[in-house]
Amino acid sequence: MNFIPPDFAPASSEIFMLIMVCVVMLADLTAGDNRRYVAYLLTQITLLGCAILTFVSFSTEIKHTFYGMYVDDTMADILKLMVYGTVSAVLVYSHAYISDRGMLRGEFFSLILFATLGMMVMISASHFLTLYIGLELLSLSLYALVALRRDSIVATEAAMKFFVLGALASGFLLYGMSMVYGATGTLHVSQLTQIIQSEASSKEVLVVGLVFIVAGISFKLSAAPFHMWAPDVYQGSPTAVTLFIGSAPKLAAFGFVMRLLVEGMGEMVSDWQGMLVILAVLSMAVGNIAAIAQTNIKRMLAYSTISHMGFLLLGFISADSNGYSSALFYVIAYVLMTLGTFAMIMLLCRSGFEAENIDDFKGLSRRSPWYAFISLLLMLSLAGIPPMIGFYAKFAVLQAVVNAGYIWLAVAAVLFSLIGAFYYLRIIKLMYFDEPETTEPLVSNSDVKILLSANGFAVLALGIFPQSLMGLSLYAIQNSM
Amino acid sequence: MSFEFPLLSLIIWLPIIFGIAVFTTGNDSNAQLARWLALTGSILGFLVAIPLYINFDVATGAMQFVENHVWFERFNVNYHLGVDGISMPLILLNCFITPLVVVAGWEVIKERVSQYMGAFLIMSGIVNGVFASLDAILFYVFWEASLIPMFLIIGIWGGPNRVYAAIKFFLYTLLGSLLMLIALIYLYQASEGSFSIEDYHKLAIPLTPQIFIFIAFLLAFAVKVPMWPVHTWLPDAHVEAPTGGSVVLAAILLKLGGYGFLRFSLPIAPDASLYLADMMIALSLIAVVYIGLIALVQADMKKLIAYSSVAHMGFVTLGFFLLNTYGIEGAMVQMISHGFISGAMFLCVGVLYDRLHSRQIADYGGVVNKMPAFAAFFMLFAMANAGLPGTSGFVGEFMVIMSAVKVNFWYAFLAATTLIFGAAYTLWMYKRVIFGAVASPAIESLQDISKREFTLLAILAITVLWFGVYPYPLTEIMHTTVDQLLAHVNNSKL
Repeated sequence: MNFIPPDFAPASSEIFMLIMVCVVMLADLTAGDNRRYVAYLLTQITLLGCAILTFVSFSTEIKHTFYGMYVDDTMADILKLMVYGTVSAVLVYSHAYISDRGMLRGEFFSLILFATLGMMVMISASHFLTLYIGLELLSLSLYALVALRRDSIVATEAAMKFFVLGALASGFLLYGMSMVYGATGTLHVSQLTQIIQSEASSKEVLVVGLVFIVAGISFKLSAAPFHMWAPDVYQGSPTAVTLFIGSAPKLAAFGFVMRLLVEGMGEMVSDWQGMLVILAVLSMAVGNIAAIAQTNIKRMLAYSTISHMGFLLLGFISADSNGYSSALFYVIAYVLMTLGTFAMIMLLCRSGFEAENIDDFKGLSRRSPWYAFISLLLMLSLAGIPPMIGFYAKFAVLQAVVNAGYIWLAVAAVLFSLIGAFYYLRIIKLMYFDEPETTEPLVSNSDVKILLSANGFAVLALGIFPQSLMGLSLYAIQNSM
Repeated sequence: MSFEFPLLSLIIWLPIIFGIAVFTTGNDSNAQLARWLALTGSILGFLVAIPLYINFDVATGAMQFVENHVWFERFNVNYHLGVDGISMPLILLNCFITPLVVVAGWEVIKERVSQYMGAFLIMSGIVNGVFASLDAILFYVFWEASLIPMFLIIGIWGGPNRVYAAIKFFLYTLLGSLLMLIALIYLYQASEGSFSIEDYHKLAIPLTPQIFIFIAFLLAFAVKVPMWPVHTWLPDAHVEAPTGGSVVLAAILLKLGGYGFLRFSLPIAPDASLYLADMMIALSLIAVVYIGLIALVQADMKKLIAYSSVAHMGFVTLGFFLLNTYGIEGAMVQMISHGFISGAMFLCVGVLYDRLHSRQIADYGGVVNKMPAFAAFFMLFAMANAGLPGTSGFVGEFMVIMSAVKVNFWYAFLAATTLIFGAAYTLWMYKRVIFGAVASPAIESLQDISKREFTLLAILAITVLWFGVYPYPLTEIMHTTVDQLLAHVNNSKL
């Protein structure tokens, strides 16, 4: 049998990324201690290069390669572009923070790039094994990133928890996939639908497999009741790493859910719908209620993430392109808000001082009115108050839920988000109504200042003109299904 | 009538742009600039609203000054503006009150002046947006956005317990409006993809969903009005808010709730409105009588006026759900007049508070000896608050009581007790604060009102008397629209 080489073109950005990761590692090795910025610049160039490659190859055509294990479609391209942008912003925001703490080393950048590569593979996978490889590449890089400060006890503990629970989740996922394979005889996403449709497979085995897959997904999304790792990891990691974990991987997770549940197990929609309803309601309840009790800002934001993941899952429940595009819009909006919020927390940190408690926001409007205003926009957006983008994200998802006939679910969702509004308001209260403990303004480099201002304003501007992003989400979904 | 110039957009965005400009004047070293800029913005805001009155066609109940552009087509949401006889007077009221609020905070606010003035201007624009929106999502965005400046105003410049009051205000209002959002989304599905409020008016809905929709709207609007038993945020918010905040809250923000009933509840769910009218009337009467009694025992002047606001707004909802022309027109007149009177009352308390830093009735006494001009103004507004004939307070209450007689004598009887209770709590407070012997050395050293305060109170006094004697311009504007609304409500959608 002749070996036909696969078409590498659809995966060109991944290949470029892989080469560049090695280049970054080698370059950093030779650069020496006073030229650490080389790795930083190379990383940004890599992301830019990937963005150009993805952008140039952009088309609405769905291209399969590597014998059907890999797919390049509109949704993948758009998600990848978002991932590059997010990672790049993460690097800008965290540059000062990591250099203050002696983490500005090649490992940080190469691990971030490996994680990014993992996300790209997850987004473009059309085979369960490819999905799994992408997921593991991401997860293992994240475990290492969390433990990057090996002399910090909390960080090591967080990394251990993250690793053990993450490995458990991967086990769940693999087990579920093996069940699906047992029932259908294939792991190709595109073939699964037909085989399940033809009813040649055992429904019972499939459902059991599905349960494990959904459990694995929930772990990765940090949806309740599989959320236990999130607060500890968010709190224990260096803030720059928390920022990374909290942002870009959510985009990949969206792609992951789309590939696994919607494209792969789409025929079993009635089975996973019910599971997602339970997960969504639990996440919104646990996330919003537990967040109220937190005094650690990173922990609070971890619970806030859990509740937002609940909202995200709501978008999948309606199981139509309207719902999926709402979920995509939600996840993009969420990433935008998270980036800004964690960047704010890093600004509050100084060398030798970690901003950990919500009280560190006290009197920010007197110390730095501009940053306080940006944080105000971000908090209102997280709480879902118009005219911020967070409102339209919630609105789009609620609209999909009502459309699917789950009015009670929409009512529950808004009641939980009302509870959620309280703890975001508390941050605003600290910033605007309380007296500061110190009067010194926040110091920041001009690149952070510009990007953070742009980030804050994007939250407002995309709220006033939401059509572009909503249209893009719908376009991405419609062209990929 | 089509009017090419985007007047409503100008009325909405001019104050907001000025508000942002005021923000950019920065810290308190530029306070004077911020003040003058804010005053210019607010007066311009009022001036551009005048053509609305001049060019308004009273003969039609249709929407006027309509602007309609696509906002985001993903959900078929439009930037759709227009006014009718219900919303136009409320926009004018808002534009009229804003300059007064700016002037009221002129010397009193010394910290973060630019933020204070900017917040009021932005809120003014947002509120205009609420009244002018004909698209449900546009309406909702403005409706919720109006919370943000008020939250900050109460929380930053408020009294000692301001944080509690601000958060309570925000969460209470948010609770109601989130359920309204679900109702709007439901209507979007039911109308097969439209967010136009006018489309909803025509939409046929079975009774059960109508009742649910009515209740969702009721929660949103009842909290804002506020109706008994969801009124408890109001006294807290009023007491803690700075004077300007109290004025805007009482004069403008409460009207959002009343407006919502007329724009949403009645025309979208007319059958549910009829079905639940008795309940609504009962709640309104409880507000009028029970809250009136509560006002009687208040020791804090601002709390007393806050409770009197709840009682007066009870009259408004009573008028709406009597579902006849006099009732609704009376309620509308009552809303406008309450805007002037309660605003004036809060300004009067503000005048005293700025001097003595106390709101307790017991700390005062004999003020008339030192501040005769102020006492005269306060007298007029107290009388108007009690519903004295010749003031605007009388017109609305009288119309509502008259229409209540037609429906049921006992409704009218209970409603009319307000004339007694209102007089009792207002005048008793007035007596204790103003008359008697000079109570303390602090009062001995009081200065009478300044030119700035005199101008403010004089403008409001003239307005209150004008509409008391000659309310015709007001009823003329709203008459056609109200008739059309009633015809619509009486036409079952089932």
